[in-house]
Amino acid sequence: MAPRTDQHEDTDGLPDFPFSRPDAVAPPSEWAELREGCPIADVRLVSGDRALLLTRIDDVRQLLKDPRFGRQLDPAKGAARLSTADEGTVFTGSADVEDLMTGGDHPRWRRLVGRAFTARRVNGLRPGMRAVAEACVDRMRENGNTADLVSEYGFPIPVQVICALLGTPPEDVDRFSYWSETMLSETKYDQDEILAAQAEFAEYMLGHIADKRARPGDDLLSELASGTGDAWMSDEQLMVTGIGLLVAGHETTANMIGKMVTMLLADRSRWEALLADRSLVRTATEESLRMDANMGVGLPRFVTEETTLPSGEVCPHSTVISSLSAANRDPRAFEDPDRMDLGRSPNPHIAFGAGAHSCIGQALARTELQVALEVLLEQLPTLDLAVPVSELQTRSGVIVGGLAELPVRW
Amino acid sequence: MTRMSDGMRVEVDRDLCCGAGQCALIVPEVFDQDEDDGLVVLLEDAPGREHEEAVREAGAVCPTGAITVSG
Ligand code: SF4
Repeated sequence: MAPRTDQHEDTDGLPDFPFSRPDAVAPPSEWAELREGCPIADVRLVSGDRALLLTRIDDVRQLLKDPRFGRQLDPAKGAARLSTADEGTVFTGSADVEDLMTGGDHPRWRRLVGRAFTARRVNGLRPGMRAVAEACVDRMRENGNTADLVSEYGFPIPVQVICALLGTPPEDVDRFSYWSETMLSETKYDQDEILAAQAEFAEYMLGHIADKRARPGDDLLSELASGTGDAWMSDEQLMVTGIGLLVAGHETTANMIGKMVTMLLADRSRWEALLADRSLVRTATEESLRMDANMGVGLPRFVTEETTLPSGEVCPHSTVISSLSAANRDPRAFEDPDRMDLGRSPNPHIAFGAGAHSCIGQALARTELQVALEVLLEQLPTLDLAVPVSELQTRSGVIVGGLAELPVRW
Repeated sequence: MTRMSDGMRVEVDRDLCCGAGQCALIVPEVFDQDEDDGLVVLLEDAPGREHEEAVREAGAVCPTGAITVSG
């Protein structure tokens, strides 16, 4: 029987998604059960709407490659609502923005923005990243031999890197941290709060864009703002681009630094192995990305036609959620998937998505993670968790997954 | 120039590439990215033995399957 996801159907008795985790970094048991028993599973979202959940890597890869699975989820057209306050946003208003971000104009956007994120450019940012990370460690040391690695290390590094790249002042970080958290809200903020924050964020970004158009600097926003001909972008397109990059570049990497360090310290032998052999840093960051069990809700797509995935059929008008984390532990693709193997290679995980829409900032994110880890190994080799993993709390009510706090000592 | 016939050969498909730069991060000696569009540029289609393992890794992890390794 082909699964259906008409959101108006009765959802009683469906498993509630997302599932709860045994601890802050361990996977929910449902992933393995569904992956083996029901790879295209009916679930109920926090909004009460119904969706399908994919947990096998083959299904996820194929879905992400298939353009019929659209990235626009319009509840008016029958798509499930993802959050408790999902009634559209101020950013999805105009047609030229939609076309650029998800429609036919998207390849142009990838090309224009992709220039900023090439491996070579990102490598050029390494010394700056290292300086930022070292300054964070210095500040932590001044305050004794304990710290919260999330707020004192994980968050400041990517924020300063993305601000420098975009040319926005790092002093503004507290303001846009709040705005970006509301944009990633699942249950934490109501619709009025979200719209108000988005309006402020939009105004802030438009102010910067006007500034960059008038007085271009040596940064990505200035470069995009000065484009002509085929490279021209409207103020609104620039605003959405700037906000998107700021939010994505700030939240996900910041959270991942905390989770990576937790996984590596949870078993001391991992940390020791890295201290003994720094050439493991690159594969260890990849393995941390693969093992991340708290990546957030997953990538939602909406399909209007009948489609077939390797594990079965998907009915028209289905909202389909790909659990990248569950797919990254698919034994069909990874030997001994629940074991953290710091030298695993190749490691074709899909933490950054797959296919043409895979994360545009992945070279930047990878490099930041590597630098963050290298600097900790060098400067604080005795680093250790100050509380057991079982006591770590995750952030709740937002679609990105991370730790609320990570107390460490050295 | 003659090539050793037993060496590894690499091909890239720029129509598939999404410019994510995995390949250039792993083996900058073999892969680069275009300054204009970020898409892959193959620097060496018959890389030496010293790069073999890294090139195979790049081929295996490219998110769009744009890299083909033979030999
Ligand atoms: S890894 Fe693949 S998609 Fe990414 S730049 Fe290289 S060839 Fe292109």
